[in-house]
Amino acid sequence: MFDKFALLGFGDGGWGLALLQGAGITISIALATLPFGLALGLVVALGARSQRSVLRLLATAYTTVFRGVPELLTLYIIYFGVQVLLQEAWRWLGLPGSFSMPPFVAGMVALGVVLSAFSSEVWVGALNSIPKGQREAAAALGLSKGQAFRLVVFPQLIRVALPGLGNNWMVLLKETSLVSVITLPDIMFITTRANVATKEPFLFFGAAMAIYLVFSMISAWGIGRMEARANRGIAAFGGATR
Amino acid sequence: MTWCEYPGWAVGSEVLQNYGCRMATGVGLTLQLVAISVSLGFLLAIGLAVARLYGPRWAQVLINGYTTFFRGTPLLCQLFLVYYGLGQFRLFWTDLGLWWFFREPFYCALLTFVINTAAYQAEILRGAIQSIPRGQFEGALALGLHRWSSLRHVILPQAMILALRPLGNELIVMIKSSALASLVTLYDLMGATRLAFSRSFDLSIYLYAALIYLLLVEIVRRVWDRLELRLTRHMALR
Repeated sequence: MFDKFALLGFGDGGWGLALLQGAGITISIALATLPFGLALGLVVALGARSQRSVLRLLATAYTTVFRGVPELLTLYIIYFGVQVLLQEAWRWLGLPGSFSMPPFVAGMVALGVVLSAFSSEVWVGALNSIPKGQREAAAALGLSKGQAFRLVVFPQLIRVALPGLGNNWMVLLKETSLVSVITLPDIMFITTRANVATKEPFLFFGAAMAIYLVFSMISAWGIGRMEARANRGIAAFGGATR
Repeated sequence: MTWCEYPGWAVGSEVLQNYGCRMATGVGLTLQLVAISVSLGFLLAIGLAVARLYGPRWAQVLINGYTTFFRGTPLLCQLFLVYYGLGQFRLFWTDLGLWWFFREPFYCALLTFVINTAAYQAEILRGAIQSIPRGQFEGALALGLHRWSSLRHVILPQAMILALRPLGNELIVMIKSSALASLVTLYDLMGATRLAFSRSFDLSIYLYAALIYLLLVEIVRRVWDRLELRLTRHMALR
């Protein structure tokens, strides 16, 4: 029984190091996707609240599509589809050789696009919660529209949006497991390979579960800390926060 | 030409015409997986949520662990653990007479989806029950209702209305997540699409699949909106 666990170790024939590297890939793709997805989500949210009906329509279409299509399918479409498009462009430009999109970039774009669709809903909710007077007051103080957003609206936005964005992060962390199907060596990819090599699926997928669980728990703790920090000074008003 | 070849013919897509029937069967399998897992998961979730809130201490701890575990790990990993991992103990299952169950990818996918969605739905229901004011329960008890009756006739109906929207979202999430079944050799919509692509190398088939998924999700969304409107019509919210 116990010699099986040696397979998870770092010794000879142990998969410990490979698993650690896989965990590193999982974390790096999640962290690389996060800023891109959140920023794009904010842009989409601003589009959804825009005065121009074209922008509103585009934003609605964008969120409907990427919230409704399975992540796995989005990943395939971006991995294969964009690859084909880029290869065409490569040939058209007359560049030598051929172009292939690294799976990391494809995974990042696919997960980021899905994240942006989901986070835009959070951003819209948060934007709606900022009273109009805040912007008007900023304008009255002579701030430009950009300055008003950056200095007045955004700092307040973060506090309201944080719980929702925290959820988005947790979902993203779990969705990174899908990139294993486009051969990115994340935790799932490594454990699948280890399963093929050692015929110990229960042990390895169990280990993968444990790693993901640890990541989720650390994230939950971190998000809790960030929320507590964002809410400092607010809690004084008779428990207005949860 | 059978009916399932017609859409492909109508839009002039050879690949959709050739694989239309497989994809239609795939849609059937997807719907079957989702419908069974979400409804079984819902029944399980009610029990879990009630036990989590009113049960003995050990049950509360246990259920808390269950929901944390299944909400904290990827569905893909759970699916592989059930399909490959549990399949590893073949002798054990044969002794129990359960090997027929763990041999079939369909049952494995179903089992995984049920335990996964039950964890999410239990948390949704727990939140909904918790947000019903305590006075409702106390009032029901004061009227002489038994604890179970208060729960069934007073608390749960109100909680269900609160839970309706998140439960609809969970249903949509499950429609999307069911695409993972294609990774354990099932030919659901995603599986049929992957097959079509691997044979034809025509990327447009993925776009058609995306359209079908969008359509499914949109139908659920519309139906859910109507359902919510109907169930909350006594509340004069709108």
